[in-house]
Amino acid sequence: MDVVTQMQRQLIQYTSSLFQEGFLDDQFNQLQQLQDESNPEFVVEVVTLFFEDAERLLNELSKSLQVEQESIDFRKVDAQVHQLKGSSSSIGAQRVQRVCIAFRNFCEQQNVEGCLKSLQEIKQEYSLVKTKLETLFKMEKQLFAARGSISR
Amino acid sequence: MASTGSSSSSWSSSNWVMENAATPHVLAVDDNLIDRKLVEKLLRNSSCKVTTAENGPRALEFLGLTDSEQNAMNGRSKVNLVITDYCMPGMTGYELLKKIKESSSMKEVPVVIMSSENIPTRINQCLEEGAQMFMLKPLKQSDVKKLTCQLMN
Repeated sequence: MDVVTQMQRQLIQYTSSLFQEGFLDDQFNQLQQLQDESNPEFVVEVVTLFFEDAERLLNELSKSLQVEQESIDFRKVDAQVHQLKGSSSSIGAQRVQRVCIAFRNFCEQQNVEGCLKSLQEIKQEYSLVKTKLETLFKMEKQLFAARGSISR
Repeated sequence: MASTGSSSSSWSSSNWVMENAATPHVLAVDDNLIDRKLVEKLLRNSSCKVTTAENGPRALEFLGLTDSEQNAMNGRSKVNLVITDYCMPGMTGYELLKKIKESSSMKEVPVVIMSSENIPTRINQCLEEGAQMFMLKPLKQSDVKKLTCQLMN
């Protein structure tokens, strides 16, 4: 099996595993379908925006929850989680989105422990999906380069 | 008054009014940067010209509907469709819809509301206020194609 075919197969398998393990859902497919010659880096661009947005929101959430328990502004926390839920949903980051939903329920109940636990979980899930997506993009880049060097 | 669309992720009213436009100019309003980028691409893929705004007041500014400049022709000649998120800090999509429908210059322009939450009272409220369609996020290419097909007929 030549190198390019092998890389292709690995990329397909890796992508599949991300869907199977629930890291990504169909919305990620939608993003890939939107990419075209007029915007060949669309998926990377949108996902990069998501990374920046998520990191900003996670910082803000940490700050919002670091105060005295009695002075936690649950409406503010909820608004921040709502934003993160929206962004993660829009790129298909399913596991992050799911924790956001649970987080919002804790906000509604004004359950401090639940919120703190959710924040930890989101950080973990975000870190995981970020690593996975970065790996995916790297594999795509390598495959593209390998194809390019063969067609000459 | 409201009728359910053929897909379960959008609702439209029966009296769809729009102007003929070869290349519709759409104003997309959303406070979320990722969603703005997405809706812009979805619309461009459906051959629309797109302007984005990050909140209601900016949208009104673009449409020429701010209190300081009631320029009747300014917004009208520019925009064939407004698509806006419902949940935005400050002015919600519903409030933006109301302001557009209350204006003399822009009230004929169709307004579509998007939301990540499927809340029937919210949907009905928007349709009753004159929204042409209510769509669930995240938007898919098929949703937008359906929308722009209707717009261009």
